[in-house]
Amino acid sequence: MTAFFRIDQVSRAFAPEITLGDRIAAKLGAQVETRSLQAVNAVTLELAKGETLGLVGESGCGKSTLGRVAAGILPPSSGTVALEGKPVLINGHKATTRIQTVFQDPFASLDPRMKVGETVAEGPIAHNLVSRTKSGGYVAEWFSRVGLDPSFAGRYPHQFSGGQRQRIAIARALAMKPDLLICDEPVASLDVSIQAQILNLFLQLRRELNLTCLFISHDLSVVRHVSDRMAVMYLGRVVEEGGADQVFDRPAHPYTKALLASVPKLTLDDEALVHFEPIEGEIPSPLSPPSGCHFSPRCAFAEERCRKDLPELREVEDRRFSACHFAEVLVG
Amino acid sequence: MTAVLEVRDLRTEFNTRAGVIRAVDGVSFTLNRGEILGLVGESGSGKSVTGFSLLGLVDQPGRISGGSIRLNGTELVGLPESELRDRRGREIAMIFQDPIATLNPLLTIRKQMMMAVAAHSRMTAKAAEARCIEVLQRVGIPDPVARIKGYPHEFSGGMRQRVAIAIALLHDPAVIVADEPTTALDVSIQAQILHEMRSLAAETGTAMIWISHDLATVSSLAKRLLVMYAGKVVEEGATATVLRDPRHPYTRGLITSLPAIASPGEDLLQIPGTTPSFLSLPPGCPFAPRCDFVESSCEKMPEITLENERMWRCHHPLGLSGAER
Ligand SMILES: Nc1ncnc2c1ncn2[C@@H]1O[C@H](COP(=O)(O)OP(=O)(O)OP(=O)(O)O)[C@@H](O)[C@H]1O
Ligand SMILES: Nc1ncnc2c1ncn2[C@@H]1O[C@H](COP(=O)(O)OP(=O)(O)O)[C@@H](O)[C@H]1O
Ligand code: SF4
Ligand code: SF4
Ligand SMILES: [Mg+2]
Ligand SMILES: [Mg+2]
Repeated sequence: MTAFFRIDQVSRAFAPEITLGDRIAAKLGAQVETRSLQAVNAVTLELAKGETLGLVGESGCGKSTLGRVAAGILPPSSGTVALEGKPVLINGHKATTRIQTVFQDPFASLDPRMKVGETVAEGPIAHNLVSRTKSGGYVAEWFSRVGLDPSFAGRYPHQFSGGQRQRIAIARALAMKPDLLICDEPVASLDVSIQAQILNLFLQLRRELNLTCLFISHDLSVVRHVSDRMAVMYLGRVVEEGGADQVFDRPAHPYTKALLASVPKLTLDDEALVHFEPIEGEIPSPLSPPSGCHFSPRCAFAEERCRKDLPELREVEDRRFSACHFAEVLVG
Repeated sequence: MTAVLEVRDLRTEFNTRAGVIRAVDGVSFTLNRGEILGLVGESGSGKSVTGFSLLGLVDQPGRISGGSIRLNGTELVGLPESELRDRRGREIAMIFQDPIATLNPLLTIRKQMMMAVAAHSRMTAKAAEARCIEVLQRVGIPDPVARIKGYPHEFSGGMRQRVAIAIALLHDPAVIVADEPTTALDVSIQAQILHEMRSLAAETGTAMIWISHDLATVSSLAKRLLVMYAGKVVEEGATATVLRDPRHPYTRGLITSLPAIASPGEDLLQIPGTTPSFLSLPPGCPFAPRCDFVESSCEKMPEITLENERMWRCHHPLGLSGAER
């Protein structure tokens, strides 16, 4: 059986940025960093139809890069992405409109000189989902679905608040009738009360439209709230994947465990002021990841072997994957 | 308990072309030695302006238009800039969300710290450097003797924030105002810094005002909590008590908006509408247009109610009178 959506052994490297200073230094014979940065490393993920997969990890671990590759916006260095068996990228170009995206900063993703109604109508008209003459009604319909007054269609992006702009971005994506929605930190820059409104809208539309979603966020409680399954990334690799409840309640990788413990919990208990446990050490540079298991310098469970052998992501239970040599002990 | 900072009816306003913005509108609180006080609210509620006001850092077109700030018994409102400058960094210090803004990219950490030491005390260069290294060590910079020679860009975001905290600690201030200091950091780094700040307050007796939009972070750090909305403190009390049993409908909305409180996939109990503009606040309670419990009496500004070491500003507080809503 082919998965509805499959990311297969996807890697993406970036060439090192060479500055003018580097060029001068190189001319003078100095050693300049030429290693490329491996932003995403051999990632395989599958989504079933109607499923939401949450993707979490700390800054720079490769979430957005993977999201852009999955959306067909960025070609991978190697590996494939396919929707119902058909490749998403053909000759380096996105070959489908069935995948749409919503990004963190709705202001940056909306054209400031275009009326928001035109922004929403543009894609559907170009792809013959609606005729130009009928587009006004089509846009109005989508505006009401995302909770915006249809009379706002004639306004410009700067006339809207952050939460409203995110509604417009959602309307623009959904007006393309996608089967897969990729959201990259869609609520990260919003205030708590507005974040709740957008999350509720997202859950409602997902139900109504039976959407399949890749939902990227650094916020673990947001991901838990919306996801059926969840994948955890560290330094370009997926280190754990499984059902959201399983991953949260019984993590199968020490990094997941430590990450969950380091998030401050909302506590209602006067005395217990200890509700988080920091992870030691810094996140290593992706330019020179540690040998063996990338998490080994910070891992409380690390043993000799961890510093030599890179653990592969493997199925440790049914549809439950971990890239730790000792995953069985952790879940056991 | 000794109060190090007493703020009474503080008012700070900005005179803009569009009108007067009362960004801090009658804020009062007391901060005790070694205490961490949490100040929460959504963006634009006046948290940062409150922090700046305490340090006398409000610039034109803004000004402190009323109230009192007593730091170790001395009234700061109305003091000339020279005297404020003498206290800033020595008695009261501030840490910002973006450490880049605090650190000069062109100077080594050593140079910047030595200048900060010299601003308020006269020591030999050797003693000053020893002090710098001591505080760097205190905030968890590994190998401070070597790292102090580096430039800010050679440090990660988390390490830069530690350096900014170290600079704030140089003169053992009585009060540190920390304005969203971990908001830009990764969870694992945030946890390290929260952990260190907590032990700092306990060990050195430095009191802190911890400004954040994140209730969970504040609840893990602060025993007392102030909730701000549209320039006013709408609720104050022991953190756990306020979170468990909020009196103000806005506080309750903030809590129920959190996905961490709900069951996965369940609709969140959201607050309708958006934060109001200071230039078009409704008459009476500023939360009224978004409040589920609004009644005609809310057209008058609710006064402060003080009860059992708690404070709230609402005509129809929650959790009282048995009538559960
Ligand atoms: N265009 C690019 N050129 C060079 N390096 C890049 C580029 N885009 C991303 N990177 C690097 O790839 C790595 C992964 O970046 P990515 O944006 O995917 O991380 P992320 O997990 O989305 O982080 P965040 O939580 O901060 O959004 C980082 O080290 C980043 O600096
Ligand atoms: N220099 C300024 N001029 C005019 N208005 C300002 C200035 N600084 C802040 N304000 C206004 O004061 C209010 C409170 O801002 P702030 O304290 O920064 O909010 P918070 O820190 O809670 O997000 C906002 O409406 C903001 O626009
Ligand atoms: S493989 Fe070893 S170092 Fe890596 S996470 Fe597992 S126990 Fe820790
Ligand atoms: S005073 Fe009235 S409108 Fe304001 S919070 Fe209380 S009940 Fe709501
Ligand atoms: Mg990203
Ligand atoms: Mg602020």
